[in-house]
Amino acid sequence: MNTKSQFNQGLRDGVPVVFGYLPVGFAFGVTATAGGIPPWLVVLISLTNFTSAGQLMGATLIIAGAPIFEIAVTTLIINIRYVIMSMSFSQRIKPNMPLAEKMIAAFAITDEIFAVASLKKGEVTFNYITGLVSGPYIGWSLGTLLGAYATNLLPLGVQQSMGIALYAMFIALILPAARESLAVTVVAGVAVAVSVLFKTLPFLSTISAGYVIIICTIIAAALGAYLFPREEEDLT
Amino acid sequence: MSTAATLLAIGAMALVTFVPRFAPLAFFNKRIESKYIRSFLHYIPFAVLGAMAFPGILYSVPDMRAALTGTLAALILGFFNRGIMTVSVCAVVIVYAFGVLI
Repeated sequence: MNTKSQFNQGLRDGVPVVFGYLPVGFAFGVTATAGGIPPWLVVLISLTNFTSAGQLMGATLIIAGAPIFEIAVTTLIINIRYVIMSMSFSQRIKPNMPLAEKMIAAFAITDEIFAVASLKKGEVTFNYITGLVSGPYIGWSLGTLLGAYATNLLPLGVQQSMGIALYAMFIALILPAARESLAVTVVAGVAVAVSVLFKTLPFLSTISAGYVIIICTIIAAALGAYLFPREEEDLT
Repeated sequence: MSTAATLLAIGAMALVTFVPRFAPLAFFNKRIESKYIRSFLHYIPFAVLGAMAFPGILYSVPDMRAALTGTLAALILGFFNRGIMTVSVCAVVIVYAFGVLI
């Protein structure tokens, strides 16, 4: 297949992802702006990060005024999962792909794009990747832009109510996965329990939010790996 | 947070998002053999989401009773797989309605 049709095939395969990303990007734009981050910086986050959970977490910590080191460590921990996706992805591309192309391919790795590219038969070419990522990247950024600039036009009561949007989104991401998998239910449940413990116990409640999330995550994911080790490489 | 500090934070976030995506692609060709490590990596997003959601959601709006009502709505709609946008918007509408009505 020639390079142009590879690109076009990627573009087509990315369409469902665009429809997924527009509303989530919009919701991110709304919530981060409602939390007090200036709209242009909110858009900059989407343009430079291009990841849902990591930038949601980062924005939440920016809003909370957390130190930059803490924001970096927390975001890194959330993004550690990309290491396995990137490893798997490395088996599917040409080993001699130029470094600049590898950088662009790496930036394209999100949970959804990784899943689509992994299901494609045969070698994943650079042109296919650029086609695949184009729509979702535009959708993600455009959604954020619309959400960020729509927020300030709203009355205060509505803006305050939107504080819950980010958290409702977390719930909407967890519950469908938890219904499908006992392991996910246990992991998320343990994380919630430990997190509540940190908030309520007098000594532990002095630890700042970012570190609490790291500690909860390590405890819950380690317990999940111990109780429910996954036999085959379901990398998604 | 000042604009400069926010920019710095965004730059740091972009870097720590890019490196895990890029480093294995560029330098690593072997597979992680330990199923425990692979499982641990797999469960991370769910653990993160759980820890971020609770109890944070209860403090996400000024009135905790409103937050609790919104949380219940999100749990019910989320359980029935209503999609991220629907769940978010409904939770916001219910919190707002709670403030107006009660």
